[in-house]
Amino acid sequence: MEVKAVIEQQQKKKNIFGKVDIRAYTMIGALIAIWIFFGMLNETFLSARNLSNLFTQMSVTAILAIGMVLVIVAGHIDLSVGSIVGLTGGIAAILSNWMGMPTSVVIVCTLLAGALVGFVQGWLVAYRAIPAFIVTLGGMMIFRGALMGITKSTTIPIFDAQFIALGSAYFTNAFGIVLAVIAIVSLFVSTFRKRKSRQQYGFTVSPLPIEIAKLLVISVLILLFVLTMNSYKGIPFPIIFVIALALIFSFIATKTTFGRHVYAIGGNVEAARLSGINIQRHTMMLFVFTGLLSAIAALVLTARLSSATISAGQMYELDAIAACVIGGTSLMGGSGTIIGAMIGAMVMTSLDNGMSLLGMETFWQYIVKGSILILAVWIDIASRKRKAN
Amino acid sequence: MPDPYFQHDTTGVKRMYALEMMNITKEFPGVKALDRVSFKVKKGEIHALCGENGAGKSTLMKVLSGLYPAGTYDGEIRIDGKPVSFRNIVDAEQAGIAIIHQELALVKEMTVGENIFLGREPRKFGIIQWDQLYYEAETWLKKVGLTISPQTKIHSLGIGQQQLVEIAKALAKQANILILDEPTAALTESEVEILMGILEQLRAQGVACIYISHKMPEVFRLADSITVLRDGKSIATLSRAETNEDEVVALMVGRELTERYPYVKKTPRHVVLEVKNYSVWHKEKPMKVNDGIHMTVRAGEIVGIAGLMGAGRTELAMSLFGAYGGKAEGEVWMEGEQVHIRSVQDAIRSGIALVTEDRKRLGLVLGMDVKTNTTLASLKNISRWQVINQNEELKWSQKYVDELKTKTASLETAVGTLSGGNQQKVVLAKWLMAKPKLLILDEPTRGIDVGAKYEIYHLMNKLAEEGVAIMMISSELPEILGMSDRIYVMREGRIVKELSHDEATQENIMMAATGGE
Repeated sequence: MEVKAVIEQQQKKKNIFGKVDIRAYTMIGALIAIWIFFGMLNETFLSARNLSNLFTQMSVTAILAIGMVLVIVAGHIDLSVGSIVGLTGGIAAILSNWMGMPTSVVIVCTLLAGALVGFVQGWLVAYRAIPAFIVTLGGMMIFRGALMGITKSTTIPIFDAQFIALGSAYFTNAFGIVLAVIAIVSLFVSTFRKRKSRQQYGFTVSPLPIEIAKLLVISVLILLFVLTMNSYKGIPFPIIFVIALALIFSFIATKTTFGRHVYAIGGNVEAARLSGINIQRHTMMLFVFTGLLSAIAALVLTARLSSATISAGQMYELDAIAACVIGGTSLMGGSGTIIGAMIGAMVMTSLDNGMSLLGMETFWQYIVKGSILILAVWIDIASRKRKAN
Repeated sequence: MPDPYFQHDTTGVKRMYALEMMNITKEFPGVKALDRVSFKVKKGEIHALCGENGAGKSTLMKVLSGLYPAGTYDGEIRIDGKPVSFRNIVDAEQAGIAIIHQELALVKEMTVGENIFLGREPRKFGIIQWDQLYYEAETWLKKVGLTISPQTKIHSLGIGQQQLVEIAKALAKQANILILDEPTAALTESEVEILMGILEQLRAQGVACIYISHKMPEVFRLADSITVLRDGKSIATLSRAETNEDEVVALMVGRELTERYPYVKKTPRHVVLEVKNYSVWHKEKPMKVNDGIHMTVRAGEIVGIAGLMGAGRTELAMSLFGAYGGKAEGEVWMEGEQVHIRSVQDAIRSGIALVTEDRKRLGLVLGMDVKTNTTLASLKNISRWQVINQNEELKWSQKYVDELKTKTASLETAVGTLSGGNQQKVVLAKWLMAKPKLLILDEPTRGIDVGAKYEIYHLMNKLAEEGVAIMMISSELPEILGMSDRIYVMREGRIVKELSHDEATQENIMMAATGGE
């Protein structure tokens, strides 16, 4: 009986605050503050049209940040993602424009190319023990160079309408509503299934009214999002990629043995090895993931700009790393969440978007973004210290 | 509020005290780690601080050494009768307090000399005087009986030698108050002798030494007085002459321990591990760390592996577990089948588990919580299609917390915040969950308090009874003698003697381990 009481107590605490920790709530609070700030200074900021733009803008950084979180959690870094975006975007454009391949073939080949370069880098890091910083710094230069080589340093336009749709199409309003309903229904179903399973194990669950209230709040937010998007042109295509990928990788990170092993490797690689975790294979897989996600980001970016340029994706690795760090990922490894990184990406993009709307000069934008990055980590470290004492 | 300690102080005796800590209370959210603790050390006294893990010894020393700055605790600290308040470690050092940590705090890539003078390098106009530094370092090394060059890098030293360097570093600070936290955990007998000699010298020089140890024989050999902490309170301060080991242990645990080693006579069953002509090569150097080992471990028996530091015991364990890294030759059989273990995964699959000697570095992911660490090696058993069943995870980790009586606030508590004994229980839980046929324990009770030790011994007996084959490496002879059914003694990578529980004595083991006659 006593045992159960302890678990019950723990569960209670956990359920009231939810799975997301207080840190994530702070981030959401900061994001809302930024939105209100820009909304007050410029009323177009919170218009449906601009929000739609904002989400589309954020998609590339967000997709890159998803892979980056896991790499950083494992104690590595990937500086090459920006160049992989450029290179695979170039490959996509060449296949589509010069070779006239159909979109499906372009997509498959581009993804394969991304996974392949990730595989090579991952192999060098995992099996040849070359520091990831070096391998991916080298990769950053090599892939940029390769991009210039294969495109002969020209800009390749995309004419295939299907391809362009990947980055700039919108779902119809009706389809958006259907998606929202599916999301809400599956949310309810999974929550109640989880409750039932917990009860079968004899663990307590949070009171039904609280649970339902929480679900209702989330449902309202989902509906609000869809309706706002619908009042402009509908849900932008890329944002669905982001949401789907974030959900998949969040699941991998928190619910699977692979994800658990990655966190253990980042927390203490020796203890992980002595617990029978295959460090090398896991490390390599992480770089395959970042390569693959970079290729997905490349497809979205190339489609949105309807062309591949030699400067595409430049500095994106730094945006992705910044998004992770703002979202609470520790560069020491061992901790970080995908949800956090998504919020971080949204913070970065909102700053970009808001400052542009205000007509701030570019140099100010860089200075502000850099300062926010440092400030976010400063606050994080300070609050952790306070907690420790 | 009248306090007997405080009143006693104001009567003029206080001049004799090098250190007085009065009514120290330190609270963490939800826990009172120290509750009006009073602790006084006289000049030229070796004062032992005893208590189980979690009794508050480390917290008290952190308060004293400035790690918890003034203001984060209540109470008063006086040094030589004068009240002090430390804002940080530097303040404490300047007041003449030096601490020798249980966990080695040396910079591995630097030389011995650089480490001894780290932060206090002798310099002229900001330029380090290297000759002076190494000359002085050498004299301090001689004092602790080390004949190594001060230009040796730390990482090339054994753990015992590193501990001695740590002691030399503290001595070089010429502190008036020296804190030693489990200083002998990593030392061999002869190194312990050297340390004892140093401490006696320091006592004669008027240095106040605070000696934290779980080893009662050491405490009773050295200490002039003994203060016992329990559950954050100071229970008693005793003079050595007026007490005995049993009384101190009883005060520490708050109950009488009838026996220190609960040995149970067992009937060994089938052979689980058989090693034939097994040799292991050094990771980097062309030399063998294990040479021609023959040994068997049966189900239901505890086999002790005795030997000095560097006898190759840990290397043997790591190699059998597929984690050493050096090439291995010879045959390993598990339950009658020959196995080829190339990785930890292979070892786990063959039913081998290893509880490593260094739990913080090799055993645990300190930032992760109790349940995650517990299930880390057996996630497969609670997952389907790679997806972890988190309810099963809670159930299993709670089961082991209950079974091993692990003291933790919750299953979601980071293991880094637990005390040593409870951390060790989490490591044990991890490997129990993997249901091993052979459990290798490398120094299973190092740095653990009496109560937790006793619980771990009982657990070993219980596991043996359930049919697990247990191989226990230990540097503590009483533990080897008290718990093993059979004992292998190792020296220079070989097994030089095999003794039964009844044959073995402290003397014949040491004789074999040192190669003496």
